[in-house]
Amino acid sequence: MSATTVETRPRAGISARGALICLTGIVWREGLRFLHQRGRFLSALVRPLVWLFIFAAGFRATLGVSIIPPYETYVLYEVYIAPGLIAMIQLFNGLQSSLSMVYDREVGAMRILLVSPYPRWFLLVSKLIAGIAVSILQVYAFLLVAYFWDVQPDDPIGYLTVLPALVLTGFMLGAMGLAMSSVFKQLENFASVMNFVIFPMFFASSALYPLWRVQQASIPLYNICLWNPFTHAVELIRFALYGQIEWTSLAVVACCSVVFFAAAIFAYDPSTGLTARRGGPDAGAK
Amino acid sequence: MKSPISRRAVPALAKAAAVFAGLAALIAAPAPAWAAKVFVTNERDHTMTVLDSESLKTLQTVKTGRRPRGLTASPDGKLIYVCASDDNRVEVYDANDYKLLRTLPSGPDPELFVLHPSGNPLYIANEDDALVTIVDTETGKVVGEIPVGVEPEGMGISPDGKTLVNTSETTSMAHFIDTTTKQIVENVLVDSRPRVAQFTPDAKFTWVSAEVGGTVSVIDNASHEVVKKITFQIPGVNDEAIQPVGIRITKDGNTAFVALGPANRVAIVDTHTYEIKKYLLVGQRVWQMAFSPDESVLYTTNGNSNDISVIDVASQKVTKSVTVGRGPWGVVAVP
Repeated sequence: MSATTVETRPRAGISARGALICLTGIVWREGLRFLHQRGRFLSALVRPLVWLFIFAAGFRATLGVSIIPPYETYVLYEVYIAPGLIAMIQLFNGLQSSLSMVYDREVGAMRILLVSPYPRWFLLVSKLIAGIAVSILQVYAFLLVAYFWDVQPDDPIGYLTVLPALVLTGFMLGAMGLAMSSVFKQLENFASVMNFVIFPMFFASSALYPLWRVQQASIPLYNICLWNPFTHAVELIRFALYGQIEWTSLAVVACCSVVFFAAAIFAYDPSTGLTARRGGPDAGAK
Repeated sequence: MKSPISRRAVPALAKAAAVFAGLAALIAAPAPAWAAKVFVTNERDHTMTVLDSESLKTLQTVKTGRRPRGLTASPDGKLIYVCASDDNRVEVYDANDYKLLRTLPSGPDPELFVLHPSGNPLYIANEDDALVTIVDTETGKVVGEIPVGVEPEGMGISPDGKTLVNTSETTSMAHFIDTTTKQIVENVLVDSRPRVAQFTPDAKFTWVSAEVGGTVSVIDNASHEVVKKITFQIPGVNDEAIQPVGIRITKDGNTAFVALGPANRVAIVDTHTYEIKKYLLVGQRVWQMAFSPDESVLYTTNGNSNDISVIDVASQKVTKSVTVGRGPWGVVAVP
């Protein structure tokens, strides 16, 4: 029970200011780590740009045959896949940020974090906020490059309206990564799972093709796409870039965020969590 | 027992939620508050769609003669002239109540026409007869016929109304006609299948599009020489699909829009350097175009996707595409 957990912790030093310091510390550390890993920043930017410049170039002619909301006119394929690539950035980042949890656990840095007097959920939220902040940086860097490739929302205000959507989708994908990271003992396991998670999620979604196209090709695949939370993350971003809200996607992303985050709290809770039961590297330290 | 963090976090969360809600509620600014009527002929439906320029909703679908194609408006915007190609006549509609007022003789298979800047007469290209027919719009009488090349189509008139340019698709020529003497003064060879002729606002040049040639020839009106041939290249689109048809030039004479047919693009051309500044994606097989009365918007007819696309002239972006009837062909906008 979380109430028991709070009671047993020392109360000294707990304050909103302290919480802010803790949050800033976590975000700062994640930011520094991101900036110091230039390769990660570069790959985070190059990956979607390769899709945009090379993959989309070959498919230019395939779209422009039908107008689907939120678009009010024909769009080039590059414009169509941009929201999918933004979500891909966030998916990679969410999982990579969680990957760092596994790394922290392996090198022992997590122990320092966990002796903090703040509740576990707060630490996890801080970690998620840090991940979201980094992913948003990556997304805007991508949008900047895309702007010069003539991939832009109709109205520049779209760059602002997409922000809440990015926070929400970043939270959902980050929470999903957190929940997953708790069950992996080592980096190697997690890296291979990234392949099993990222690619199926990315391909079985509306990121690359409109769902009506998928429906024409295969009904089961269409249903899989509909049930894939990543599809809804993509659609939420797509509509937000055009200053609109896709309510179904918003509901799905919000619900999935809650479920994934609850799973992460459960998994990282030392009394109930999977980490303790599985005897993770930091379990012995408790 | 509650932690102080959660108590303090509540107002912060509320603030964050308010910011999120505020951002999410941001919607695109409303469209400018001018209203015009946009008339579109639907070649395969034998109708004319009337749209409100602001909402882009269909106000009315008007039954016309068979195969309506070319479309123009009187200078005061009160009359709409429609080429009913298969009925061999020009129909005149009231722009307010869309009633058919009268029909004018046109000669066989009228496809495109141009109105004298004064509103009278009407010069009609008769595709099957190698003729340009001149019709007095008031008396409804044919006042002259000018033999031109085979399959005449494009019709352009100088701002002073003294020179008429007709293009003949099979002969691949632009015929310069003196409207006073009704005689051809010069024939200029252009690339294959010329479709549209358009004068620049300063009347110094005539732009002629060649559909099969894939070029736009810029002809000096004084020397009747082709001074420039504009070619188009779109990454990812076959050269054969680039078939220029409609041409519109802004009143300031700085920017030209060229419809590129099955390339589904409109090219934006700098009229001084002849450099192509941008290609805009529109619907399928874009042919004809028309500016709104205030020239803030350009409408394109997309014959194969049964819609019109709306281009914002200032931002050079396609803002919307709206379904009309089958085979939209001609378009005109009146206040």
